[in-house]
Amino acid sequence: MSMIEVKDLALGYENSAILKGLNFTVNKGDYLCIVGENGSGKSTLMKTLLGLQKPLSGEILFGDGLKKNEIGYLPQQTVVQRDFPASVREIVLSGCQSRCGFRPFYNKAEKQLAEQNMERMGIKSFEKRCYRELSGGQQQRVLLARALCATQKILLLDEPVSGLDPMVTAEMYDLIESLNKEGITTIMISHDITAAIHYASHILHIGKKTFFGTKDDYIKSDIGKLFILQEGGETNV
Amino acid sequence: MFETLMNYLQYPFVRYALIVGILIAVCSSLLGVTLVLKRFSFIGDGLSHVAFGAMAIAAVLNLTNQNIIVMPVTIVSAVLLLRAGQNAKIKGDAAIAMISVGALAFGYLLMNIFSTSSNLSGDVCSTLFGSTTFLTLSLSNVVTCSVISAIVVIVFLLFYNKIFAVTFDEGFATAAGTGAKRYNLLIAVMIAVVIVMAMNLVGSLMISALVIFPAISSMRIFKSFKSVTIFSVILSVICAVTGMLISILAGTPVGSTIVAANVGAFFLCSLIGLFHK
Repeated sequence: MSMIEVKDLALGYENSAILKGLNFTVNKGDYLCIVGENGSGKSTLMKTLLGLQKPLSGEILFGDGLKKNEIGYLPQQTVVQRDFPASVREIVLSGCQSRCGFRPFYNKAEKQLAEQNMERMGIKSFEKRCYRELSGGQQQRVLLARALCATQKILLLDEPVSGLDPMVTAEMYDLIESLNKEGITTIMISHDITAAIHYASHILHIGKKTFFGTKDDYIKSDIGKLFILQEGGETNV
Repeated sequence: MFETLMNYLQYPFVRYALIVGILIAVCSSLLGVTLVLKRFSFIGDGLSHVAFGAMAIAAVLNLTNQNIIVMPVTIVSAVLLLRAGQNAKIKGDAAIAMISVGALAFGYLLMNIFSTSSNLSGDVCSTLFGSTTFLTLSLSNVVTCSVISAIVVIVFLLFYNKIFAVTFDEGFATAAGTGAKRYNLLIAVMIAVVIVMAMNLVGSLMISALVIFPAISSMRIFKSFKSVTIFSVILSVICAVTGMLISILAGTPVGSTIVAANVGAFFLCSLIGLFHK
């Protein structure tokens, strides 16, 4: 069985659907990129997958031993976070929250997990630094380490490179790719079609027309050709 | 000066007021950090006006224990305000402004129409700005206040990690199964309780100062959530004690003296923060 199976899903707010009849599956080890124009419902889809929002109709099935709260989420940064006084360690540790249940404090194993993930993301050396003083790329690593504390199975990344400079963007993509190669299933929303077709194994294109399939099929499809031309054209100017 | 102080401290009511003042300072600053970071600062302000309105009703009904009305009304308003913040129909800040000004107006209206007191403006003034002299608290007041404070502090400590997670990132916390709504509710109820408690000390117009100032001042200097929270409690207690002592010695109104101390501390912390960088 696949990890996530989406059947005939309709998304939107208060009965006005943005998206209808969405079907796709995510299997263990996949690297799925969700692309589409602005306002096509990418973020809404991600919120629905995370259970932050209810689908209008259709269903999302979790399988392959994946529980609903075992998804590691890398959200887009909010205004609140930009001047939030919190140390790197505090934030990474908060990723262990779902493991606690009703237990009020973190135990040794959870603290160790946080340490490991800080080392994995190369941020151990500034664990005591304040989050708001870090660079954009470092902040993303902190949030990624937090997401890894919540899961060992699947990551959902919402525009993980927005606002990063090209060098840091490339680093971030490599980091995500290496995590995917370690066996962590990856779902990423991206604006960046070039990166999407470079790194992803599967593409979900949403908008007026939807496409779901492997990257190679997408490149050959009409919708894919058109979108790559459009978006690629924009970035080349 | 020291002798005058010692003289005053011999009276139990002065000691009671000091104890209650410190307890309120601790509770309000604990919750303040979260409130400020969640952009909920104005909820504290709105709630204090609601508490004023409720107090007016209680005064009109001639209740001896006004908290029977004031506490539930304020808690319900807190819950409603939070809901309004998430609902799109009336935006959160507008809802707060509506409720707080409405409650203020109705409170004053009620007191004006039905008041049996000979000194109406004095009553209104002390409800809004806190009593001009030291409070005459009974031992049972102090005990109630201590119990409530203890509950607030214990709940905050038990849920500290969850409150942090929800404050930093509601979306992530909810996705990980920590229901953000539940904890927002918890925070709202606690702040309502603290506000009702604090109303007698500084008056309903100035409570939000006790909630906001220590947190903001502390954020100028400290960089982790834990250190910000701890220091804001320490700072809040220092300001409350300083304010109360000055008010004893100089005969100034208690509430505004405490708030003035908080404002002073804020500028001091801002300065330190500037040089620290």
